[in-house]
Formats: sequence, structure tokens, C-alpha cells
Amino acid sequence: MMLVQEFLENSADRTPDKVGLICDGHRLTYAEIEAQANRLANGLTAFGLERGERVALYLPNSVELVIGIFGALKAGGVFVVVNHSTKYRKLAYILNNCQASALVASGRKADWAERLSKVVESLKATVLAPQSPEKSQDSLSFEAIQEHYSSERPHKINIDRDLAGLIYTSGSTGDPKGVMSDHSNVAFAASAIIEYLENRENDIVINVLPLSFDYGLYQLLMVFKFGGTLVLEKGFNYPAAILKRMEGEQVTGFPGVPTIFAVLLQMDLSRYDLSSLRYLTNTAAALPPSHITQLGEKFPWATLYSMYGLTETKRTLYLPPDQLDQRPGSVGIAIPGTEVWIEDGEGCRLGPGQVGELVVRGRHVMRGYWGDPEATAARYRSGPIAGERVCYTGDLFRMDEEGFMYFVSRKDDIIKSRGEKVAPKEVENVLYGLKGIREAAVIGIPDPILGQAIKAFVVTDGTELSEADVLAHCRANLEDLMMPRYVAFCQELPKTSSGKIKKTGLK
Amino acid sequence: MRNVEGMIRTYIAENMLFSDNGYPHSDSASFLEEGIVDSMGILELMMFVEENFNITVEDEEVVPDNFDSVSRLAAYIRSKSPVAASAA
Repeated sequence: MMLVQEFLENSADRTPDKVGLICDGHRLTYAEIEAQANRLANGLTAFGLERGERVALYLPNSVELVIGIFGALKAGGVFVVVNHSTKYRKLAYILNNCQASALVASGRKADWAERLSKVVESLKATVLAPQSPEKSQDSLSFEAIQEHYSSERPHKINIDRDLAGLIYTSGSTGDPKGVMSDHSNVAFAASAIIEYLENRENDIVINVLPLSFDYGLYQLLMVFKFGGTLVLEKGFNYPAAILKRMEGEQVTGFPGVPTIFAVLLQMDLSRYDLSSLRYLTNTAAALPPSHITQLGEKFPWATLYSMYGLTETKRTLYLPPDQLDQRPGSVGIAIPGTEVWIEDGEGCRLGPGQVGELVVRGRHVMRGYWGDPEATAARYRSGPIAGERVCYTGDLFRMDEEGFMYFVSRKDDIIKSRGEKVAPKEVENVLYGLKGIREAAVIGIPDPILGQAIKAFVVTDGTELSEADVLAHCRANLEDLMMPRYVAFCQELPKTSSGKIKKTGLK
Repeated sequence: MRNVEGMIRTYIAENMLFSDNGYPHSDSASFLEEGIVDSMGILELMMFVEENFNITVEDEEVVPDNFDSVSRLAAYIRSKSPVAASAA
């Protein structure tokens, strides 16, 4: 049995002086990270956090976010990382949905934190990191906690069936859903991925993905588990700066999504010495075969892993790199220690060449959606052995004669933009919130950089609305990655015979 | 040529903030930390600079020192474009 905080604790015991985290100009050893996380955990406990309670972390990728995740775990809590571009209303929704007991937020959002402490009744403590210049009466400061609480490691109060984290993902109903991961799920998934990536202690992984996204989060968790070094960046906003950092830190592992690789392939990479790179990984959406070829040409010394997964099982499939030339369109086989198959609508397993839903079995199958038994029952159903549950992915796949899997399409209308899921319903709900919008429909349209770009079709009730009005409203209510790129004003939208908006004709 | 800072403020206000009341931040506010411009926005800014100031932006110049606030971007544009420099 292993608890997720032990990823850090074991590395701190084994190699206390090794630099585990490079972020914002800081280089923190495992012993320093451990001490800071212990102080925060002891502080959270002193403020009344109890076993199993949720700690929401509303911070950009930063040292404080890393400390927040491990501090929450060490206190026996459950971490919930909320994307830093999430707007107030959704943030309040998530905090209320998971009944957060503590909130650690960036000092820049001190006013929101103060409002939240009044509308989220479950909140016992709000910590600002860093403390905002205009000191608030109601919040605590991250720095003060670091000064006043003990760096002693708290006693373990959890077992590995307890929840470690909730990862919110865009749900088809429009409301985000928190995927419950227990400690054993995370420990298993992290070990399986480390196994096939052949990670070792001298790996230095750069992460530009938000830690609110499971793909980004697991970079941190895995690196701490195998005792490597994580270079944590705020994002991929300045590609040249990232490449320079990779060169300077001698990075060996680079996880990306198709949008990032599309940007990289447009750049002149010969100016950077990236020879330290051992592997690249891609997931979240398929890389076009031409990009696979070009990445092979640009990084002939590095191994490329094509992968597939969903938050509900973390990672599901990976293509062993020696298969890449033969099957560039495949996302491979089940990750070590797990199995997958394809089923038709009646629950019959399908053979090669037939298209059906991918079903996943293994200890990485997460515990369900927080507070949503209906959605949980639809996604997680009984498996072959009584009492066990398998995950129905909602994704259609086919397999070849040798058992390698190929993604075909989704069963629902979820959009993948920059590799992350966007539920059209969530964007449509925001559009309907703008006065003057009578009807709204949102679809994804192919985009060479984003994968899919978001396009909104709106019908007004006669109110004068400009594209800028619509986009300004979206900007105030949606995360960056959910922002429509195009807005089309229509006289009316196509309908089905029952009067529902029909999206099939829209483009 | 109009004031460089003013052109940048107007561009961001109209194309990224979709704002009716201009650019509501100071010229030294960090685009990313304040959430003024998102990751795709930096690429858009790069194209805006190339098209409007007739300069070629090299990949390695797209770094926070040059692109993370109105003042920094204006200083960068002046350093690359003599016309913009004289219009300061």
C-alpha cells in the first residue's frame, strides 16, 4: 500500500538534498519541499481540516501549488486543483459542489477569495499565496503558515482507499464533474506510466501543462515518485523561453499535446541544443501522422510515445515506440497491468476491424464522480467479477489484427480543444446567460493548431448584439480554452422534429 | 505613426478583451499573470506586431521580457523599428 504523499516523503528520505522542483526561479530540494508541505499540512490541521475533507487549490503552476497538493494530502485531505483561468461563478460552483473545507488561492484573487468565504458555507479556512498587499481580515497567509507551523511530518491518518484528489472535467450536461481518485488509483496509474516510459531518477521532466489537468498533474506526481526533477512552467505561452529552459536544464522528458507540437514544428529548433531529450509524450488528442514524421526528423535521438486516456481512468493506452513506424495512427495497447476491449451496444465484445466502445479494466479505474451517482453509474459499470467496476469510455475505437487500438470518434459531442475537453453545453449555458440570446449552439471545427476550435451559432431576440459583445460575455465567464474562436449570427437554427436544436448541419 | 503604446492597448482591448471601455490595466501589468492575454494570445500579438510595425519577430524574441506588458512590448517594437522609435 502506498499513499500519494509518500511519493514525496520517500524521495525526501532517500535523496533529501536532490533538487526535485525547479519553478519561478526557485530550486527546491526534496527536503525543502517536504518541510514546506509538512508546515502547510500542520497549519491546515490546526485550522480544523479533517480526514477526507477537500482542499481547493486555485493557483497557477507554482511552488505554492505543489506544496498545496502535498500539504492537503499530508493533512489527510483531498486536493482539488482548479484551473487558474476559471472565472468566479464556476469556481464557486466547484467549491460548493465538492464542499471544500479549505481554499488556497493566489493573492491576486484576494477579493474573490473573500466573496467565496461568504458563499461557500463549508469553507473553514482561506489561505492566500502570496498574501495580497491589502491584507484581508478573513484570510491566512501562506508565508505566515510557513513561519509558524512545525516542519515535522504529520502522522498518517489515511489508508489507500481514501480519496487523494478530485479532478474536475467538463461534463456533457454542462456542469463540471469531479472525478474521484483514491490513493491506490493514483499510485497504480503513476507506477504503470513510469514503467512504460522507463523513468529513472536522473530524468528531468519539463511540465508546461496546467496541474488542474490530469496529464499535467501526473507529471508532478510521477517525478516525485521516481525521485527525478520537475521543471514546472506556467504554460507554453513563450515557446522560445521553454526551449531555452529545456536546453539549460538538460531536460530529458517533454510531455505535450498536439497544439504544443504544432507550434514547435513551426519553429527553427536548430538554434537550441535539445540533445538531452530522451522522450516526448503526446496524449489528449491524436497527432496527425505528418507531425509524427516531422517530430521524428527534428528529434531523431528522442523516443515518441503516442498515448490515449481520459481522466476517469487517467491513462488507458500507449503505443510502444517500436510500433510507431508501422502503426502511426494507433494509440496502442492497454498500459501495464490493465486490460481493454471493445463492446457493441449490447455488451458483446467485438473483434478486429469492428467499431465499438472502448471498455477499461484495472486498478486505474477511478472511483466515480463526486456527488453524482447517476453519471457514475453510466460511466462505471459492473465488470466480469462480482463487485468490480469497469469504465465505459464513451469513445469509439477499432482494433487491428494484432490488438492495437485506433480512436474512431466520440459517442457524445464533447469538443477537444488544445487537448482538453470542452462540453458544448457548458459554453451554450454561458451564451444563454447573455441578455438578448434566444438560441445558441456550439460545435468544434477542425483547426490546425488547436485540434478543434470552438464555434458558436447564436440567434438573438432582436437585441442589437455584436460579436464583441458575445465574446466579452464569454471572456467574463469561461476559461481560456473554452473561448469561442468564431461567432456566427443566424436567423434561426436547424431543429429536429421534436424541436431540439440539430447540430449536424452546422459548420 | 500613432503612439505605440496606444496601438497595443487598442488592439488588445478590441481583439482580446472585447472591451467597450478601452484597456483597463496599467501599461506595466503582466499580460499572463493578470490573465489579460492567454497562451494563444501571445501568438496573435506576434502577428499583430509583424503586420503593423513592419518588423520580423524572431522566435527567440518572443519571451516575457519583450511580450509580457504594454510597456515591454512597446520598448521591444521601438528597438526593432526606427519608424516606431521616432514616433514615440
